[in-house]
Amino acid sequence: MNEILEKTVLTPVTKKIVVNAPYVARKAQPGQFIILRVRENGERIPLTIADYDREKGTITLVFQEVGLTTRLLGRLEVNDSILDLVGPLGVPAELPEKGTVVAVGGGVGVAPILPKCKEMHKRGVKVISIIGARSKDLLILEEEMSACSDELHICTDDGSRGFHGFVSDKLKELIENGVQMDEVIAVGPIPMMRATCEVTRPYKIKTWVSMNPIMVDGTGMCGACRVTVGGETKFCCVDGPMFDGHLIDWQEAWRRVNMYRDEEKVANERCPNCGGVR
Amino acid sequence: MPIKERTEMPVQDPKERIKNFSQVALGYTEEMALNEASRCLQCKNPTCMTGCPVAVKIPEFIKLLKEKKYQEAIDKIKETNNLPAICGRVCPQEHQCEAKCVLARRGQPVAIGRLERFVADWEHSHGKSEVRKAEPNGHRVAVVGSGPAGLTCAADLARLGYQVTIFESLHAPGGVLIYGIPEFRLPKDVVRREVEYVKSLGVKIETSVVIGRTLTIDDLFHDGYEAVFVGSGAGLPMFMHIPGENLNGVYSANEFLTRINLMKAYEFPEFDTPIKRGKRVAVVGAGNVAMDAVRCALRLGAEKAMILYRRGREEMPARAEEVLNAEEEGVEFHFLTNPVRILGDDKGWVTGVECIKMQLGEPDKSGRRRPIPIPGSEFVIEADTVIMALGTSPNPILAQTTEGLKAHPWGGLIADEKTGRTTRPRVWAGGDAVTGSATVILAMGAGKQAAKDIHEYISSGAQGW
Repeated sequence: MNEILEKTVLTPVTKKIVVNAPYVARKAQPGQFIILRVRENGERIPLTIADYDREKGTITLVFQEVGLTTRLLGRLEVNDSILDLVGPLGVPAELPEKGTVVAVGGGVGVAPILPKCKEMHKRGVKVISIIGARSKDLLILEEEMSACSDELHICTDDGSRGFHGFVSDKLKELIENGVQMDEVIAVGPIPMMRATCEVTRPYKIKTWVSMNPIMVDGTGMCGACRVTVGGETKFCCVDGPMFDGHLIDWQEAWRRVNMYRDEEKVANERCPNCGGVR
Repeated sequence: MPIKERTEMPVQDPKERIKNFSQVALGYTEEMALNEASRCLQCKNPTCMTGCPVAVKIPEFIKLLKEKKYQEAIDKIKETNNLPAICGRVCPQEHQCEAKCVLARRGQPVAIGRLERFVADWEHSHGKSEVRKAEPNGHRVAVVGSGPAGLTCAADLARLGYQVTIFESLHAPGGVLIYGIPEFRLPKDVVRREVEYVKSLGVKIETSVVIGRTLTIDDLFHDGYEAVFVGSGAGLPMFMHIPGENLNGVYSANEFLTRINLMKAYEFPEFDTPIKRGKRVAVVGAGNVAMDAVRCALRLGAEKAMILYRRGREEMPARAEEVLNAEEEGVEFHFLTNPVRILGDDKGWVTGVECIKMQLGEPDKSGRRRPIPIPGSEFVIEADTVIMALGTSPNPILAQTTEGLKAHPWGGLIADEKTGRTTRPRVWAGGDAVTGSATVILAMGAGKQAAKDIHEYISSGAQGW
């Protein structure tokens, strides 16, 4: 169990792995995540399930090497096993059956949006995708996204590819150009999801976001992943990870996700040869 | 004949022990154990056993101990208790067996728990009890959760020849024994040892499987299990729903303890999971979990570790020994003090707790006097870390994903008190999943009863109920 069957380097800091996880693959739905641990002294981190194949019993994970655990994970090669992997966790995304949805993915957030687009595309929903990254080298899953989108817009912050600007700017342009949409799904770093919600808010376009807070167990036990939604505390692991983005307390979410900044630095410095973003 | 004084157990010096996570109570030496065992009167009609939820044959094991037949003594305990090294450490004996000891009337009951611990630890360091695996009877049972209820139920069924698989959601077995109770009260090696014993009986443990997500109870029946025992505990932490509860530096006791016990965050960065080491730590609540949390905070280097409790000293639900330990270690107790708001700085980190003074009114339905706020008595306690230890409730996921399995509105599964039978045929439940947060030994008792009923049910060939 948990053997890595395929590994693809998507960008210098982003990797895609296909893992043998028949239990998880059998039950996984778009929007759900897993928790993994890579070594005996290791921490538990959540990663969204980017794809699954029930017949082969595999799941796909896409991750950016930002912290110690993702960097250690990035060092694993084909035939290596992930020490512990549990899931699928969280509530599956409630995806529409018809209409038009704009899917906005920023950075490594394109990975979690992919299974949602696939499922909507299969259902006959019109999918307009906007994917973006800082520069063209960091763009991921373009082909896969293209295959399940009726329209695909590519953005880079530095203008090296496609639209020069943020994914939220592109979304704004579409709305201002009169593109009709029933809802928006946005996944990516907190500032990107927040900006996207600010774009859609004046137009009252329903906007779903997928939160990725700090978690320990991922089953509702610890409450580390508390998110304030519409003034109410929710546990992202059992009530989410998808929430109505217009109701999120973004300032709090940003603060909480950075709670262990200092410790993360210490941990990263102790592992100088782990690769990844420093 | 004068009755000898109860034999004290050596403990680590409070000044030293707050600097480490090693065991506080060090256990009896052989001499101490023999001395204490000699106090047992070997009553013809022993009352101690009636106080034990798993009916350990107390006078019999103490008699064997007296005769230095230590292996036989531990074997005697294990006839009814699969986890003696754990029970000897964490059972509230003062309310159970020791409360029923005839010597308790004179205020000095036999230290049954300490003797139990002695023989369990003796076996670990000396003995080699031969585990006789039962002849397989061809029936398969699934157990959800590897805490005290699940381990007990699984072990009892394995002894009867059942092929038992335990499914555990975390990466390590033991449930609350692993993630909740700290090393200094229950060393994790002791838990691992007891888990190994249960495995040696033939029980299989599959970790990282969340029943209700990875597999459903229906999947288990489909896979050929004939009965399912749910011992999934009470894992959901409660919060007060007061302003400031999501500030950085506010933890549920579950998170705080899980980081420390399961993830070993106190050894960060040797271990990868971090934890905030607060200097002024306020723990809200006064149960065993609150005591565990506040004492962990001290060991992480807190200069001030405080218990904030809305009732008075008498009403504290924690085990007496743990309150005493906390006091010796320098924990401050603020009674009749209830938080109304958590205060933070402009960066969103905790700076203090605004509290209101309480007074005690008439007894409520728990029998304890109801705390009533005194208007205008608000005051601020400075703190950089706040830990909510207000109790836990059962995870709703199983009731939500299992047709016919009903729960109370507060989350506890509905189950027959005697047998553990739930509202869904062939599904039993016991422990905190049914009662809400209680004790290790009550969970073990429930696991035991359910095992007995599962055996009766399966061997009678009944179909459904």
